[in-house]
Amino acid sequence: MNDLYNNPIGHWVVVVVAMALLLFVVLTATAYTVWFERVGLGRLQRRPGPNRVGPFGLMQLAADGIKLAFKESFVPAKTDKIIYVMAPTIGVAAAFLAWSVIPVGLWYNVQYWIADVNVGVLVIFAVSSLNVYAIVLGGYASNNKYSLLGGLRSAAQLISYEMAMGLSLVPTFMIAGSLRLRDIVQYTVSWGPYHGPIPLILLTPIGFVIYLIAATAETNRTPFDLPEAEQELIGGFLTEYSGLKFTMYYLAEYLNVITVSALATLLFFGGWYLWFVPPVFAFLLKVVLLIFLYIWLRGTFPRLRYDMLMRLGWKVLLPLGLLNVIVTAIVLVAVQG
Amino acid sequence: MADEKKNDQPNVADDIGALLTGLKTTITEAFRAPVTLEYPEDKSPRSERYRGRHYLRRYDNGLERCIGCELCAAACPVGCILVIAAENTDENRVSPGERYAKTYEINMLRCIFCGYCEDACPVQAIVLGPEYELSDTSREKFIYTKERLLEPLPPDVQARLDAKK
Repeated sequence: MNDLYNNPIGHWVVVVVAMALLLFVVLTATAYTVWFERVGLGRLQRRPGPNRVGPFGLMQLAADGIKLAFKESFVPAKTDKIIYVMAPTIGVAAAFLAWSVIPVGLWYNVQYWIADVNVGVLVIFAVSSLNVYAIVLGGYASNNKYSLLGGLRSAAQLISYEMAMGLSLVPTFMIAGSLRLRDIVQYTVSWGPYHGPIPLILLTPIGFVIYLIAATAETNRTPFDLPEAEQELIGGFLTEYSGLKFTMYYLAEYLNVITVSALATLLFFGGWYLWFVPPVFAFLLKVVLLIFLYIWLRGTFPRLRYDMLMRLGWKVLLPLGLLNVIVTAIVLVAVQG
Repeated sequence: MADEKKNDQPNVADDIGALLTGLKTTITEAFRAPVTLEYPEDKSPRSERYRGRHYLRRYDNGLERCIGCELCAAACPVGCILVIAAENTDENRVSPGERYAKTYEINMLRCIFCGYCEDACPVQAIVLGPEYELSDTSREKFIYTKERLLEPLPPDVQARLDAKK
């Protein structure tokens, strides 16, 4: 394997195969995340959720996908056609790009990743910010005032919460001393008899809370789904989209949910380490539980008003994040000297 | 006065507590049985007096009850009933009265299921049954002819009507 990887052509073969495999796995995971959310929301509202297509409704997404794929590829009149078609593509591309640096633990000393970047978290931030373009450009190109309003709201929201999200992770980097995701997962401590990797949530619980709120806002999910806001803006930036282009936005949204859950697993919950559970199952379990947390939040809280959203972002989360960084820095200096 | 002032002050602990209460409420609901019905398999119970598809009844000896008086057609607010009567003769006796309905048609697309026809009928010939799944594939199929309306009633409805008599 090493010989193949060091060979310049073999290297590319390995990377391409790895990318294809990841694409397949992540796309399947996205489909089942949608199923999981629909069943989860249904249960929270005392409904059974989808249960018609296949066992437990597991083939529902295949049915929906086929239906959407066979719809007419419709572009409304007087739109900016190039941008209109490009915008959802940006969304999907950005959502997939984030997975290029996310490592997945397969077995005790085996991990799977496409690129082992030493600034992995920064790459994810950079790429996930591209999602704003998908929404803003989609809203602008649709030539619809509701779409435009949705896009503008989204721009303000994503920029506001990006700051809080970045700040919420700074203590994690300071403690682990690295931006490489694998290093953060393998952050090891010696506390008395215990020596081994620990979940960083024990050291930065406030960071996790800020991350959770900011990530919900970043992925445009209820209670922060103002860009869509069906009741006020029809569908926001999604209003004029249908068929495959709509599917792309939908895919990107759920892909982002998995991405932020996977990132939280890696940064706060010790990635693929969980007592005696085999790493790949431990990783999956943690990601699924975090996705359930997002569904639970969606099933519980109503949407925030726009000014409340801005106030929460700038007046609560940002100062709290800064405070968290400062306190962590002081404690680190005190402990490590 | 003191209470009012207290309510104006944002209390972070209370607010977070309220959020957690909400989360607890939803998760406890999630473990209770769904309140919905799986429609095509499970159907919600109909009232005894539910007004669905119409039936024309017969007497126990097989004669039709309808005497072709057209009172149902007159009572119908949307005019969806067409009755054309004919004289009974000794060779061709369809109903016990003087006349019978040669043609009896109900346009189900127009019918509003008000049940006035049932109220108007002097011989209790027309009744509204419990069936409500009446969808079909063409407009013509919604004009229920006499043959279709004369189908025997569901046994439970028949038993109820017998008890009333």
